[in-house]
Amino acid sequence: MRTPERAGSVRSSVVATLSETESKRLVAAHGVLVPDERVAATALEAVAAADAIGYPVVAKLCGPAIAHKTERGLVRLNLRTSHDVETAATDLLYAARPEDGDVTILIAPMLAGLRELIAGVHTDAQFGPCVMLGVGGVLAEAIADVVFRLVPLTEIDAVEMIDALDSQLLLGEFRGEPAVDRSALAATLLALSALAETDKSIRSIDLNPLIVVDGKPFAVDALVELASAETT
Amino acid sequence: MNSLTAEHFRALFDPRGVVVAGASTHPGKFGFVALHNIISQGYRGTICATNRDGGSILGIETARDIESLPSDVPLDLVFVCTPAAANPDLLRACAKRGIRAAFITSAGYGEAGPEGRNAESDLVALAENLGILLAGPNGQGVVSTPSSLCAQIVAPYPPAGHIGVASQSGNFVSSFLNYASHSGIGISRAVSAGNAAMVTVPDFLDFYADDPETSVGLAYVESIADGREFANRVQAITERMPLVLLKGGATAGGQLAAASHTGALATDDRIFDGMCAQMGVARALNVEEAFEAAASFATQPLPKGPNVAVMTTAGGWGVVTADAINSRRDLRLAPMPDDLKAAIDTKLPPRWSRNNPIDLAGGETRDTIPEVMEMIAQHDDIDALIYLGLGIQSNQATLMRSGPFYPDNGLERIVAYHERQDERFAQAADEISISTGKPILTATELAVTEPGGVGPSAVRATGRFCYASSNRAVTALGHLYQYARWRRNRGLS
Repeated sequence: MRTPERAGSVRSSVVATLSETESKRLVAAHGVLVPDERVAATALEAVAAADAIGYPVVAKLCGPAIAHKTERGLVRLNLRTSHDVETAATDLLYAARPEDGDVTILIAPMLAGLRELIAGVHTDAQFGPCVMLGVGGVLAEAIADVVFRLVPLTEIDAVEMIDALDSQLLLGEFRGEPAVDRSALAATLLALSALAETDKSIRSIDLNPLIVVDGKPFAVDALVELASAETT
Repeated sequence: MNSLTAEHFRALFDPRGVVVAGASTHPGKFGFVALHNIISQGYRGTICATNRDGGSILGIETARDIESLPSDVPLDLVFVCTPAAANPDLLRACAKRGIRAAFITSAGYGEAGPEGRNAESDLVALAENLGILLAGPNGQGVVSTPSSLCAQIVAPYPPAGHIGVASQSGNFVSSFLNYASHSGIGISRAVSAGNAAMVTVPDFLDFYADDPETSVGLAYVESIADGREFANRVQAITERMPLVLLKGGATAGGQLAAASHTGALATDDRIFDGMCAQMGVARALNVEEAFEAAASFATQPLPKGPNVAVMTTAGGWGVVTADAINSRRDLRLAPMPDDLKAAIDTKLPPRWSRNNPIDLAGGETRDTIPEVMEMIAQHDDIDALIYLGLGIQSNQATLMRSGPFYPDNGLERIVAYHERQDERFAQAADEISISTGKPILTATELAVTEPGGVGPSAVRATGRFCYASSNRAVTALGHLYQYARWRRNRGLS
């Protein structure tokens, strides 16, 4: 009746990271809400994309090897005119380094929401894949109001996760914004669970921040890490 | 061992006969203590013992080996105090004798380095071949009150009850049994899993979940070999009975530097906590909380909702209890229903609080407490009641009884009245809880300061736990409600 010493997965140090665009495409395919975004190769394409989406927009430099855009100044927020977009896109392409590989410009609507959440998947050495929900976006680690559940989540598990956050006031009506749509947030958590359950190569997912717009959580940034083929 | 059956567990917990292998004449040795404890606590089955040299120990005529035991005596359990090297032959002889369960106290196994680990896995393989359940090794023993079995090398023997204990640490078994003895909330089965070479803590709990003698599991775990397997096992248990878990130490594996934010937030404790919430486990943060949660599951009905009323005979206690309830997100201090307010108005002078906490403010007469308690508990908007103030009267009675004026000046009569009143109040809490199907928790510090006093004794006499403070009652009630909600959310009755 004793179980094997460690039936769970072995943590590998070699991990492949999907680009933001690929990460978002993957999570969106499972039901996570992501902003309406366009990929542009040049500054002119970036302007056309912004015109199509409507201003203001965000421009980000994306590439398969770029994981921490904010730290490198590769995110330009609140661009209000085509001129702003053209300048930003030109700057971003200039900031690309050879090791970044093939880069593109991601143009996304500038989503406005006072509340930022964080959600993700973590592969625990003992308990395997877990879904996380927390409060705070970039402040998540300091606020430390986070909840974990093991994959697979049932619908009731997802609802209970949201209920288990301490910051319930933040999930209600807040400074003129409607309450967080709990079923939409639960659907996000269930999407993460389904993704981790079906794709065993997933080591982690970060949706950070999840900005609450009209009550719905949008993954403004996404990062998916995969165990590379030779290590699992 | 996949072929372990309920029959094996019954051989361990309700054996028709026990043989202590390696019984000793030396009162300091395990082989003496185990035999002493089995005999002295009135075990209901047959008791045999073996000793290399034969002879009589504590009135038992020992045999030199298992083969020499009388063949017409039914034996189901061997309690093994012999050195590790002797145990393989011993198990073979036991199997021939029809013994189905062995509790191994012997050390020198997995805890003793690579050689010990090999000996342990060899012994497990042998026991599996022989069809014997092997508990331990390196464990303190097993207690089973339905059979009055105290087959352990330590004290105490607890009162009978419905808490089933399984622990990776023998000392925590003793702790829980000590709390049981002190509080009167008894134990059905208790086992120290020792090295858990064959039978693990979840295996024991799984047996308890179908055991009619056990209504709640209480477990201590330290190391979990496979978290996912553990989670699946406990969920299968919590669907059948409440389970209180005390977890020692950080989980193995630890936290590695993580590239993702999610990874940075993923501490072992948060994940373990999430697993417990998901699987319906009542996770206790310390040993008192663990025992008190288990005692509450064993003695109170589950609340159907979060609305708690506080009934108190004095103001400050109620205020602090309200704070304890309000500081939680699961329980709720019930808003005072108007019709309940009007009903209580007929029983009390107007100075009562007219709000929840329901502070009687000293306006009560002879029958007020049981009457108001019943009104509160019967109200549809109240799911649970915490009762404060038991023991005030009998505490004064104690002072009068021991003072220089007793029994004159009318003291004999008033002392008897006070004591009778506290007994009535404790009985009312029990009876009204039964009639309404709602938990009623009585809290007073007298539970620890005067455990033998009339108030706490009266609560114990009803079979309920007397909480040492209102905040401990609130914590225990929180566990009851969380479990009730977990079941309800999943459509479990």
